[in-house]
Amino acid sequence: MMNIDYSQFLNMIPEVTLMAALMIVFITDLFTAKKPGEARNRNWFNPLVCVLMLAHIFINIWPTEASTAFGGMYMTNGSVGVIKTILAFSVLIVFVQSREWLQREDTNFKEGEFYELVLATLLGMNMMVSANHFLLFFLGLEMASVPMACLVAFDKYRHNSAEAGAKFILTATFSSGVMLYGISFLYAATGTLYFDDVMANISATPLCILGMVFFFSGLGFKISLVPFHFWTADTYQGAPTTVTGYLSVTSKGAAAFALCAILMKVFAPIVEYWQIMLMVVIVLSITIGNLFAIHQKDLKRFMAFSSISQAGYIMLAVVGNSAMSVTALSYYVLIYVVANLAVFSIIAAVEENNGGVVNMNAYNGFYKTNPRLAFLLTLALFSLGGIPPFAGMFSKFFVFMAAANGAQVTTAIGATIYAVVFIALVNTVISLYYYLLIVKAMFISDNENPLPTFKSSYSTKMALAICTLGVVAFGVCSIVYNWIHAASVM
Amino acid sequence: MTFLTLFVVIPVVMLLALWLARNDSQVRGVMVVGSTALLALAIYLVLAFVNARETMPAEQYPFLFGTAIPWFEPLNIYYRTGVDGISVVMLLLSSIIVFTGTFASWQQHPMQKEYFLWFTLLSVGVYGFFISVDLFTMFMFYEVALIPMYLLIGVWGTGPKEYSAMKLTLMLMGGSALLIIGILGIYFFNGQFSGQYTMSVVEIAQLHAIPAFIQKIFFPFIFIGFGILGALFPFHTWSPDGHASAPTAVSMLHAGVLMKLGGYGCFRVAMYLLPEAAQQLSWVFLILTTISVVYGALSACVQTDLKYINAYSSVSHCGMVLFALVMMTQTACTGAILQMLSHGLMTALFFAVIGMIYHRAGTRDVRKLGGLMKVMPFLAVGYVIAGLANLGLPGFSGFVAEMNIFVGAFEVNDTFHRACTIIACTSIVITAVYILRVVGKICYQKVADESFFKLTDATWDERVAVGGLILCVAGLGLAPLWAQNIINDAVAPMIHHIMGTGAVAGM
Repeated sequence: MMNIDYSQFLNMIPEVTLMAALMIVFITDLFTAKKPGEARNRNWFNPLVCVLMLAHIFINIWPTEASTAFGGMYMTNGSVGVIKTILAFSVLIVFVQSREWLQREDTNFKEGEFYELVLATLLGMNMMVSANHFLLFFLGLEMASVPMACLVAFDKYRHNSAEAGAKFILTATFSSGVMLYGISFLYAATGTLYFDDVMANISATPLCILGMVFFFSGLGFKISLVPFHFWTADTYQGAPTTVTGYLSVTSKGAAAFALCAILMKVFAPIVEYWQIMLMVVIVLSITIGNLFAIHQKDLKRFMAFSSISQAGYIMLAVVGNSAMSVTALSYYVLIYVVANLAVFSIIAAVEENNGGVVNMNAYNGFYKTNPRLAFLLTLALFSLGGIPPFAGMFSKFFVFMAAANGAQVTTAIGATIYAVVFIALVNTVISLYYYLLIVKAMFISDNENPLPTFKSSYSTKMALAICTLGVVAFGVCSIVYNWIHAASVM
Repeated sequence: MTFLTLFVVIPVVMLLALWLARNDSQVRGVMVVGSTALLALAIYLVLAFVNARETMPAEQYPFLFGTAIPWFEPLNIYYRTGVDGISVVMLLLSSIIVFTGTFASWQQHPMQKEYFLWFTLLSVGVYGFFISVDLFTMFMFYEVALIPMYLLIGVWGTGPKEYSAMKLTLMLMGGSALLIIGILGIYFFNGQFSGQYTMSVVEIAQLHAIPAFIQKIFFPFIFIGFGILGALFPFHTWSPDGHASAPTAVSMLHAGVLMKLGGYGCFRVAMYLLPEAAQQLSWVFLILTTISVVYGALSACVQTDLKYINAYSSVSHCGMVLFALVMMTQTACTGAILQMLSHGLMTALFFAVIGMIYHRAGTRDVRKLGGLMKVMPFLAVGYVIAGLANLGLPGFSGFVAEMNIFVGAFEVNDTFHRACTIIACTSIVITAVYILRVVGKICYQKVADESFFKLTDATWDERVAVGGLILCVAGLGLAPLWAQNIINDAVAPMIHHIMGTGAVAGM
């Protein structure tokens, strides 16, 4: 038994700063929290949390060198550092945007809890992407899921929110169980849980493949890939809009990255098995997500199905199983973060100001009364639909490149990859159709009583400014992609 | 970075200025200044290009004023620009259409500011596409040009505008989905077989490394992908609906310039980069384009809406562009590019005049119009001139282009090509039928409706648009040689490359 060498913590600065931020928020909240109904003003709390997040990002944005800690259970490298920064960035946007919602009477007294829970899930996600051992990975995953269920049920007096929380926690535990089962198979087959050792000992035996499939299913729930997507629509609809936004980008991005890293590293020896499986799942996710999204009238449900299909695109990068995959995936997640959070910020703003309106028909004629918001929503939707010059087109194109990279049309698997890319491309047209439906509602459709003109709050404006900057600039300014690439190949 | 980048920078600056503009007159001011600057730039480009050509042998590096700035370097994506004769005339065409289109939409209401914002964004895409020689950059600009169309038609259009806008957008986006597959195929297989991964059109053509059997897989993707925008039968159905519903200047820009992106892309990307496949598969597309040419003309005969007539006529004429390209002779391809130029100008003129007539008379139905020569002589004369140019009357641009196309097409001496040529030639007669019928009906018969007597003739802004276009159509018809020379110089090395004859330029 070796003694713990505390200098190892220097290798995990992101977690350390995050923990520090969490503790500061917790202690501050402890001493300044107010009881329900108490009229104490805590305006400074949200800015404080945002500044802490900003500090966390700035400390960790610098390129990370590959290193390990705790006997190899924890590892980090350039691409892990990048995805952690992206996740922290998305949390920052969520915090900025959440202010308006947290000022409400029924949420204000638990403002602190919101930040603490979000930071706890982020810490879990960080552990998840940094894990180099299945146990640590599982711990991280649970740490990301359980507080998430509290967040989903945050508006507990609203029936939908509680229901969504119950649905989420049930599927989360179920998927964790399935995943643990898979991990136990892998342990049985290889006798170890360290990623490197599992990789060295894994072979295409039925036990290993079954273990891989169960493990994949467990993570498939988190990313809401078809056929593990059934919880998505209800949970997204029921959760508070801010939480839905967080759930749709951050938790999905972290799980997708972790799955990508594990598939490409641990399961590298049985690549031909997971590649086929992944392709089937991707085609199903993209197509089914799209087809269901077309008929949704509730914008949050709509975004749920859209996010299912986006998850398919995210995972498309992994199919190529090449050096480009990780970069393309991280970049896609980043662009998806800004575009999706822009959409959710606007949905939340409209919801807050108009008594909970989330129906698409209510947006008819939105441009006439709220031209700025309508315009920004259009940009974000164009980005999600992959229209240049907005960032979404770049990330989609690079994902397609990553998938096609190295695929031989002459071999069966290569031809299949091209076919999958083609199906994904056809689906971009379908997705464009339903994104354009919202644009059409806002710009073209007439409405007797459009939503009244309202002034969005300062925090919404800030969040939208960050997101729109990302949507417009992260694609055209190649520096963002090049930064991710440079960090990943380090 | 050469001055070519200004073609993108000016519209982007215009976008910012439009965004800041506070009222209609500021918006118009920005548009006039910007589009005039672009026109001046295009004229300067032509002069500079001709000068540079004279001092340099034709076999030299085929793209002038080139730049290559690393953009996404890990992926070999560069911001590469460069022009040859074909892009130069296309840029000139775009500038003319944007300039006249600005004046044609002078009275566009409501939301003039937003209208011009999308209009300018569209022109960013068009200009960027023609100056690019990098597959990714080209594709990006291509898509930039497509999406504003949705809002331009959806918001400011007429008739079943929502349906048309959605149909147009989705079909064209479907085309670009095909293009992405093709681009990925070209990029990766060129890299794999030559060892040099590049997105540059010029370098890929020089490396010429993709084996024929792989070319044959990806050629249809790219040719159809661009062909959808070039109104290739049976993928042309977006075009009549889209054109008929679009507001005047958008129809002008769309038929005048955007459809040319299709022909240009087919030539520059599909045929130039995949030459063996082009030779082996051209027969399929020859059949399709021959159908386009004749079918478009015949459909135009039975239409009663002026815009539908012209839209089907565009299908026929753009079909002729693709028809000439797949003939793959130098004369025919020169004719194809000339036809793009000529069709762009005269269709813009057509749509401009139709829009103005519709704005006044309130109908585009041929059966309800008549005697316009008496009530609005300027517009009626404009319509007649556009019609005559359309049916290829000598003295107008259409004649030069069609002459080249059919002479060039007949140079291919096997029965199949000859038969197709003869079938396609019939479209000239059919065109005369529908044009003369409509011209006679709406311009010269007795005034159809009492209320027409109250209508006024063109206002000054409309006269600028129509007059400018008439000048260009006639100018190109009377003095076509300068354009033909520029184009010919550019087409020759490409045809040599595609047919595998002679020295490949720049090698």
